[in-house]
Amino acid sequence: MLPPTYGKGLRGLSLATLATISAALALVFFYAPLDANQGFVQKIFYIHVPLAIVSLCGFIFGAVLAIGYLRTGDRKWDMRSYVAIHMSLIFGVGGLITGSIWAKASWGHWWVWNEPTLVSFLIVLLLFATYQPLRFSIEDPERQSRYASVFAIVAGAFVPLNFLAVRLAQQYVHPRVLTLTGGNLPGAMRLTFLVSLLGITLLFVTLWKYEMTTKNTRAQVRRLRRTLLGDDTIRPAGRSAAPL
Amino acid sequence: MSALFAIAPALPLHKAGKFVAGAYIVFLALVLVYVVIMAIRSQRIERELSELQRDLDAARADSEHDLERVG
Amino acid sequence: MRTALIVLRKDLRLELRTLETVPAMVLLSLVTFVIFHFGLNRATIQGQLAAGVLTATLLFAAMLGINRLFVAEREQGGFDAFLLAPVDRSAMLLAKAAALFIFLAVLEVVAVPAFGLFLLGPSLGPPLPGLILVLALADLGLAVIGTLVSAIAVHTRARDLIGPVISLPLLIPALIATARAAGPLLAAHTSGSPPGKWLAILALYDVVFALLAYAVFDFLLED
Repeated sequence: MLPPTYGKGLRGLSLATLATISAALALVFFYAPLDANQGFVQKIFYIHVPLAIVSLCGFIFGAVLAIGYLRTGDRKWDMRSYVAIHMSLIFGVGGLITGSIWAKASWGHWWVWNEPTLVSFLIVLLLFATYQPLRFSIEDPERQSRYASVFAIVAGAFVPLNFLAVRLAQQYVHPRVLTLTGGNLPGAMRLTFLVSLLGITLLFVTLWKYEMTTKNTRAQVRRLRRTLLGDDTIRPAGRSAAPL
Repeated sequence: MSALFAIAPALPLHKAGKFVAGAYIVFLALVLVYVVIMAIRSQRIERELSELQRDLDAARADSEHDLERVG
Repeated sequence: MRTALIVLRKDLRLELRTLETVPAMVLLSLVTFVIFHFGLNRATIQGQLAAGVLTATLLFAAMLGINRLFVAEREQGGFDAFLLAPVDRSAMLLAKAAALFIFLAVLEVVAVPAFGLFLLGPSLGPPLPGLILVLALADLGLAVIGTLVSAIAVHTRARDLIGPVISLPLLIPALIATARAAGPLLAAHTSGSPPGKWLAILALYDVVFALLAYAVFDFLLED
């Protein structure tokens, strides 16, 4: 059976990402109107919210991939899940930092407890930050993949529940003006937001595929070495939380 | 994003610009960090591949040498 | 079902004989109340603050119970014996979760009156039925998550460290719901009935994670 190739379509995908993100940036700075209340600072919305949304969807995507591993036992699903979660964590940290910058610019504080999205985010990131330490501390590779998959599924189910609970816990007097999905946005802003969201999503997929291509290539080289030269010539992969 | 931000006063442009720039720079930095990590990985793969090639050549040279001696 | 009962009886008997876990949990909660008294510099607390203190204390005591839950199985080969036996594997999940639930209930029988004595301003009488309901739902969530995380943690190198670090974020929605449900109950002029919204969230959390735990637990037991 031929080994999987992840690089297929990577060129087209990365070009699409480049085009979309460039278009998004152009829209943000040249097309989208200035917000009446917050002024120029509102522009952070177009990078912060897509990063947050893509990160959350990425965690759920990682959970779905983990289900794939538990059902098939094929390690490649575990690798896909690992990469998805690990990238969602990075995107999530980006979302958190940009959210904090936005809070400081708008409200003068680097952190606000009143903003449920930011708070839920912090909790989700705190949870997923334990994913790699968990993997590191299990030595047997098959058990590592299995336990990591269980964790990914439980944590993925946690994400929506967490958002629900935190949102309900915040007391709101005013209605939400700019919701996470851009429900109340005027037309020009909504278009800009959607293009940004698409761009960040494409970026996630591109980087995901890119990382898996690299990992897969390395695994193939090692496998080749083992086949051609024997098991004893292979050097151990080194301390890694990732399935190789 | 929320009512909290909606009622916040707008910053003057020269101050606001710095925050917006900061946010987009964070994004760019994260993507570039990724590029660095990928570059390191590519380098390692190339090195492993060339080591494999070198070891393969050495093994083949050895076996030819053995054949010559026997034959 | 019978298997679950057998394993549960074994665990309860073990705990009664050794008295390791539950007394430690009780002691921890009592000391925590003292710490809160000094930390907050208050003679009595009520309302949402009291609910928060009570919930946090129970949570930390639960961490002790969670850490110890599977240790005997791991050290004395209980997992292997269980896997060899021709029984439904979810029985272990049921048994361990039930054991943890019982430990927490025993803990609360001591800790809640102690809380009423040491820290709570208003009387414990009127809110008690509502509080029991809230705590029962909370204990269910703690038991399910605790069993799941403990089963994961027991096979890792970083055993005791990883348990709390994974379970605490997972428990945050349950913590929010418990504290917010108990808040009005512990207020000065309480109506005695907990807010339905938060009870519903707690129940939803329990159901979702119980189903999930049931679905994935088998994968944790495989060799």
